[in-house]
Amino acid sequence: MPHPSKDVLIVGAGIIGAACAHHLAGAGLSVHVVDARLKGATQAGMGHLVVMDACPAELALSSLSMHTWRQWGPRMNAADPACAYTECGTLWVATDSNDMAEAERKQARLRRHGVASTLLDAQQLADAEPLLRTGLAGALHVPGDGLVYAPNAARWLLTHAPPGVSFEAAHVGKIDGQGVVLADGSRRNAGAVVLAAGMSATHLCDDLPLTPKKGHLAITDRYPTGIRHQLVELGYMASTQQRDGAAVAFNVQPRPTGQLLIGSSRQVGQADSDIDPVLLSRMVKRAIDFLPGLSGMNLIRTWTGIRAATPDGLPLIGPHPARPGLWLALGHEGLGVTTAPATAALLTALMTNATPPLAAAPFAPSRSFDEVAP
Amino acid sequence: MTFPRNSARLRIQVDGQPMRVDSGSSVAAALATRSPGNSRVSVSGEKRAAFCGMGVCHECRVLIDGHLRLACQTPCREGMRVDTVLERAGSACNAAAQDVPHPACDLLIIGAGPAGMSAALAAAPSGRAIVLVDDNAAPGGQIWRDGPGASLPAPARRLREQLARYSNITLLCDTRVVGMAGVPSQPALMLENAHHGWAQRYGTLILCTGARELLLPFPGWTLPGVTGAGGLQALVKAGVPLRGKRIVIAGTGPLLLAAARAAHQAGARVVRIAEQADWRALLRFAYRLHRWPAKAAQAAALFSPQYRTASHVLEATGDGRVQHVRLRRADGEEEIACHRLACGFGLVPNIKLGQMLGCALDAHGGLHVDDMQQTTVPGIFAAGECTGIGGNERAQVQGAQAGHAAVGELTQAARLSKDLARWQDFADALREPFALRAPLLSLARPDTLICRCEDVPQSALAPHRNWTDAKLHTRCGMGACQGRICGAATQALYGWQPSPPRHLLAPTRIDTLAAIASTSGKSFD
Repeated sequence: MPHPSKDVLIVGAGIIGAACAHHLAGAGLSVHVVDARLKGATQAGMGHLVVMDACPAELALSSLSMHTWRQWGPRMNAADPACAYTECGTLWVATDSNDMAEAERKQARLRRHGVASTLLDAQQLADAEPLLRTGLAGALHVPGDGLVYAPNAARWLLTHAPPGVSFEAAHVGKIDGQGVVLADGSRRNAGAVVLAAGMSATHLCDDLPLTPKKGHLAITDRYPTGIRHQLVELGYMASTQQRDGAAVAFNVQPRPTGQLLIGSSRQVGQADSDIDPVLLSRMVKRAIDFLPGLSGMNLIRTWTGIRAATPDGLPLIGPHPARPGLWLALGHEGLGVTTAPATAALLTALMTNATPPLAAAPFAPSRSFDEVAP
Repeated sequence: MTFPRNSARLRIQVDGQPMRVDSGSSVAAALATRSPGNSRVSVSGEKRAAFCGMGVCHECRVLIDGHLRLACQTPCREGMRVDTVLERAGSACNAAAQDVPHPACDLLIIGAGPAGMSAALAAAPSGRAIVLVDDNAAPGGQIWRDGPGASLPAPARRLREQLARYSNITLLCDTRVVGMAGVPSQPALMLENAHHGWAQRYGTLILCTGARELLLPFPGWTLPGVTGAGGLQALVKAGVPLRGKRIVIAGTGPLLLAAARAAHQAGARVVRIAEQADWRALLRFAYRLHRWPAKAAQAAALFSPQYRTASHVLEATGDGRVQHVRLRRADGEEEIACHRLACGFGLVPNIKLGQMLGCALDAHGGLHVDDMQQTTVPGIFAAGECTGIGGNERAQVQGAQAGHAAVGELTQAARLSKDLARWQDFADALREPFALRAPLLSLARPDTLICRCEDVPQSALAPHRNWTDAKLHTRCGMGACQGRICGAATQALYGWQPSPPRHLLAPTRIDTLAAIASTSGKSFD
C-alpha cells in the first residue's frame, strides 16, 4: 500500500522528535514520525527540567522551554499521571565560599533572564533538606525547575498532538531528497525531513559534529526520605564543560515514586552502553559525600545513556548546511528533555518562515565550531 | 553451620514490640505469627506478606536493623530490630566497615545446593582456593533448606560434613551475588552480606544458581497467605507456624506433593491438592518413572487422598488475607475455606547471572552447557537446575562433573557422563506431563496485578507488544524483584522475553557499590 506524501517526516520519537511533531502539527503541517525503538537518551535520562546558563543562548533556550513545560505539565499529568511532571525546583548546592560566590553570580544571570531564584545560607539549606551533610555553605534555590518521566511525556506529545501526526515503528535506512527509505526498502515521502535521532543520527548523516558523552544513573528502592528538591552540586556546571576523560558530580533527584535517582557521570567519547563499575562507584561515593544517609539504602537498578554533544555545547536546530530539505534537531547533550519545547518552537518557525521565538543563529547547524574545537 | 535443635528462644523487636521466637527462625516466620502478618504495604496500598519464601519476590522486605532486607532470607538474631513501616530515613544508616572477607580465589562457586556442594567437593582435592557462596543461612539449596522446621535428609548432612573437612573451601552463607564488579582483565562479582559488600575476584566460575518457582497471576494472588508451593515449604522450614491451619495446594508437578507433605508434618490440614495436569498425563509420567525406582517410591509415598487432577485455582478471596479459594474441577467448581493457599506452576531455571556474564541459553531456557558443563563463555561452568530442571540427583552429578572440569581433571569429569545421561533422561521425562494447560495462562482479570512490585494490572499491559515497551511505559518489572516474578509470568503468559540484567542482579546497598572502587583491584586515582 503506498504511503501518502507528508509535509514533514521526523526521524526519531524521543522527546525532541515528539515535541517537533506536536509543534509542527500545531502549525497545520502533516507529520509522519518514524522511530526505530532504539534506547535513546530520552529513555535513559533523568528527566530533570532545569534552567541552565553556561552561555546566554543556553539560558534563552532553557528558560523559554520552562514556560512551555509549565503549560504542558498539568495537561500531560491529567491525561497520564505516569508523566509525573513535578515542580520540585532545583537546589544548586554550594560546598564553600567560592561556590557561594558562583551561586550569587548564577542568581544574577538568571535574574537578567527573568528566572526567579533564592539564595539559601547554610542553616536555610539544612532546614530545606535535612539529609544533606552538615558543613555545606548554602545553595541557590530555583523553584521553577521540575522533573518529568520523559518516555511518557514523549508519548503524550505524540498521542495528544493536534491532528495530522502519524507514527510508525521502523528503522530508517537512508534519507534522500524526497523523504526516507526504510530498512525494508519501502519509501516514505515528505516535503522535508527532520533528523531528531540524537547520537544514532550519525548513521544517517555522516557530517554531524556530534561526540558521545556516556552517563551513568542509579535508582534506589522506594524510601520515605523526605527529599523534595533536585539536589545538584554547583560543580556540576564545570563537569558538563569537561571535554575529555571522565567526570562525576553530585546530582540526586527525588522521583515522585519515593525513589532517589542518583547521577551523574560524563565520559567523553564513549558510545558503548557498558556499565563501568569503578566509575559508578565513584559516582555514588560522590552522592554519599553530600547525602550520608544514602549509604545504607538499596539501589535496585543502574544504567547508562549516551548524550549527543556538539563542540560548543549547544544543539543543532535548523537546516542542514549542505542538504536541501533536511532539517536538524539534535545534539542537546544532557538538556534535551528541558529544551525540547523551545527547540520545537524554533524549528517550526524556521520551517514555516515565521518569526523565531528566540535568536536562531547560536543554534544554526551552519555555525562555525572552529574556536571551540579542541 | 547448623541450626541449633534446642528450644532456645531469641528476643527481637518488631515495630517496637518485644517478641520471642525460636532460634533459627527467619524474620518472615516471626512476622507470620502476628496478625494479619503482612510485611509491607504495596504501592497501591495492599497489604503484602512473604510470597516466594526463597528470596526472589521481595514482597517480604522490611527494615532489619535499619537496612531494607528480605525477611524470608534473614534469620532472627538476639536483639534484632524489625520495622515493617518505613520511617523517614535519617542518617541512622551507618556505613559498614569496608574490610574484604575473601577478595580473590581460584574457583568461585555460586550456590551451595546439591550441585554447588558437589562441585566444591569434586574440585577440593586439587588444593585450589575455593569460595562457595550461598544466599541461604546454611548450605543445601532450596531442596535441603535448613531451619527450625526442617529435618535434613542423610545425603544433605553427608555433603555438609564433607565440605567442612576441606580447609581450602571457604563457605560464605547469607551472602548474595548482587551484581558485576570486574573490569575486563579481572573478572569479579559484587557480593554482599548483612555487613559487607565487596568485589570477589576469581579465576574460574561455576554457576549453581538453581531454580525458582514459576508463579502465575490469578485474582487474589497478592493476598497475604498466598505463597508459592515451594515457598510454603521454605517458610515452614524457616519456622512459620502451620499447626491446625487449613491449606490448599494448587498448581502442577511433583513439588505440590512435597509441599503437602511438609505442611502435613508441620501440623497443618491439607484440604486439597489441585494438580492441573489430567490423569492421562500423570499415568504417562508414572509409567516412565519405573526406570527410576527410587523416584517412583518417593512419589508413591507422597500420595494423598486430597489429590485431584485436572483441577486448578481460579481465584483467592479474603479480607486482608486469603480466606477462600475457588478451584476449577473436571466436573465444575469448588470453593474451599482455607488459611493458606500455596500455588506452584513448575520451576524456572535461575539464569540471570549467567545471562549477565554472557552465557547463552539452550532450547529449554536453561544455561547451555557442553559435555564438560562448560557454558558458552570459556572459564564459566554451570551445573544443576540453572542448566534446566532435572532434580537433585542430576544436579549432584553435573556439579561433580563441573568441579572436576573446572580444575582441569577432564578424565574424572568424563567418567560421570554415563551417570549423568540417566538423570538427564529423567529430566526429559518430567517435562512434558506437567506442561501447563492453556486455561492456566488466562486466569488473570484486567484488574489483576501482574507486576507485584509496582502494582501494574493486566489491563495496563494489554496495549504493549513486548517486555521493553511495557517496562518503559507501565513500570512493569521496574521494582525491587527486578522483574523476576512478572518477567517469568509475562514470558509464560504473553511470550515476552525479559531483557537480561547488565549490572545489578538484586537490590544492592549503596555502600557496597561505593566500596567497589577500592576492592575491584583497579585504582582510578
